[in-house]
Amino acid sequence: MLIFDHSHPGRAAHAQLPPHDGALDDLPAELLRDAPPALPECSELDVVRHYTRLSQKNFSIDTQFYPLGSCTMKYNPRACNSLAMLPQFLARHPHAPAETGQGFLACMYELQEMLKDVTGMAGVSLAPMAGAQGEFAGIAMIRAYHDARGDTARSEILVPNAAHGTNPATAVMCGYTVKEIPTDREGNVDLEALKAAVGPQTAGLMLTNPSTLGVFEKTIQTIQKLVHDAGGLLYYDGANLNAILGYVRPGDMGFDVIHMNLHKTFSTPHGGGGPGAGPVGVAERLLPFMPVPVVINDNGVYRNATEADLPQSIGRMSANGGNAGVLLRAYIYARMLGAEGMHRVAEFATLNANYLMVRLRDAGFELAYPTRRASHEFIVTLKKLKDETGVSAMDFAKRLLDYGFHAPTTYFPLLVPECLLIEPSETESKETLDAFIDACIKIKEESYANADLVKGAPYTQPVRRLDDVKAARELDLAYKAA
Amino acid sequence: MSIPADLKYTKSHEWVKVEADGTVSVGITHHAQDLLGDMVFVENPAVGRKLNAGEECAVVESVKAASDVYAPLAGEVVAANDEVESSPEKINQDAYGAWMFKIRPASPADVNALLDAAAYEAHVASEAH
Repeated sequence: MLIFDHSHPGRAAHAQLPPHDGALDDLPAELLRDAPPALPECSELDVVRHYTRLSQKNFSIDTQFYPLGSCTMKYNPRACNSLAMLPQFLARHPHAPAETGQGFLACMYELQEMLKDVTGMAGVSLAPMAGAQGEFAGIAMIRAYHDARGDTARSEILVPNAAHGTNPATAVMCGYTVKEIPTDREGNVDLEALKAAVGPQTAGLMLTNPSTLGVFEKTIQTIQKLVHDAGGLLYYDGANLNAILGYVRPGDMGFDVIHMNLHKTFSTPHGGGGPGAGPVGVAERLLPFMPVPVVINDNGVYRNATEADLPQSIGRMSANGGNAGVLLRAYIYARMLGAEGMHRVAEFATLNANYLMVRLRDAGFELAYPTRRASHEFIVTLKKLKDETGVSAMDFAKRLLDYGFHAPTTYFPLLVPECLLIEPSETESKETLDAFIDACIKIKEESYANADLVKGAPYTQPVRRLDDVKAARELDLAYKAA
Repeated sequence: MSIPADLKYTKSHEWVKVEADGTVSVGITHHAQDLLGDMVFVENPAVGRKLNAGEECAVVESVKAASDVYAPLAGEVVAANDEVESSPEKINQDAYGAWMFKIRPASPADVNALLDAAAYEAHVASEAH
């Protein structure tokens, strides 16, 4: 039920009306509405109940374990939120003169410096508004670099077949064609295929390390040499940065450009689709091409560097400088952790994943890459369960909801049949992990004893199975009053 | 589900049927639609487009994933089936009846290089392990 459905003509919550003392009666008549907007008319109590009920229907990191692989659903510390909500930050206008916003700009400058340090890159721009935009900025910089050298025949971006779908999409958006590189049985990039694919047409390689298969790309040194020797650049997709934070730096692995998902690794809220933050880090040779603004320290005064400072910049990603509130939360998170804390993030994320993986394996679950140590996530394949009981990965995932756990990622990566991609993150206790393992064991037993029970799940949620086919075929996103 | 003996196949799970007029119809196999699940979207190549063998030329999207369809052989697209674009579920209902597009092969003998039903069945079995 939408708030509009609670509407009754004449009802209102007058006590909540913001005070307005500005004169509005001088607005030109042609700019005024002919009729009032169709807003819901509700009492304060109606509104409170409506939104409280909605919040109770949420399945969220604040209420449940959320091991959604590849999404890094870690706890969002409350301190980050309360400090970012300080009125001095909230009330600041993005176009206010730099001298009145030195505090905010100092935070952004320090965030850039910390991200440079932890990734081993020469420069960082906070401009991209989300991960996908960071990817776009990264590949646009690769293009700008080749173009600036007159090296314009490079037409191809190499993407491993385990990559996130955004990688090939990004390459195409930047005008490149995509060449897919297969994965070997151990989950690594197939080196022979890579050797055959690189050449003078190669603009770059986009790589996620650890990969979406939850394993560290062991031959990264060879990969980077192959691509660089062919004149291509290396792009690091920061989706799985949490696994190596403070341990290994993409810059040291030889990457030329990286995007970071601050809403994953740096713990800003990302339920409900955003807002995100996807800063890009670059090696020395890409510094001139960074998207603006970049915060610089001009003899002790912070200010936004613009196109005038970086004439070769790929330009702006939005009207202003990224999602300020998200960047602030990430800054505070990074300051709370410090270098030592970041190190522990990677340690505990990896420890939690490996603990879950080994215990599930011992309980009879089949691992997709049994010979590999997990990074911060790992893949279980339920193919045998499906063959023997008819219970699919989707059924299993839905049943987990009844046990109070958010489902892991299902059917991604596409390479592994009936897969669950499980990422516990570092912020969960052993008790939570054990309870999740117990639920998985129980659901497996149920699948053999009473498959229909599992196939009909969930039973305890506000809604049962959604008709996702209908939802995709008959998209209906806009509310229309009846 | 048996694999029709009168069709040819690719390792990327397209089926190919040689029509009386020398063109070939292309669709995706029953096995492919089974892996993908309920179809929600199909995008066919434009009629008149020239294709190289193995070129990405169509997209099928299910509730699980979007997947490319590859040209089984080189040639020109001479027809696209609007019916599967407006009703993608036809691929789930009858994969071998729901052709997606037709190609006039650059070289008709290319069809002979494709997999026969037995070879495709063996390929599917090998991918299961």
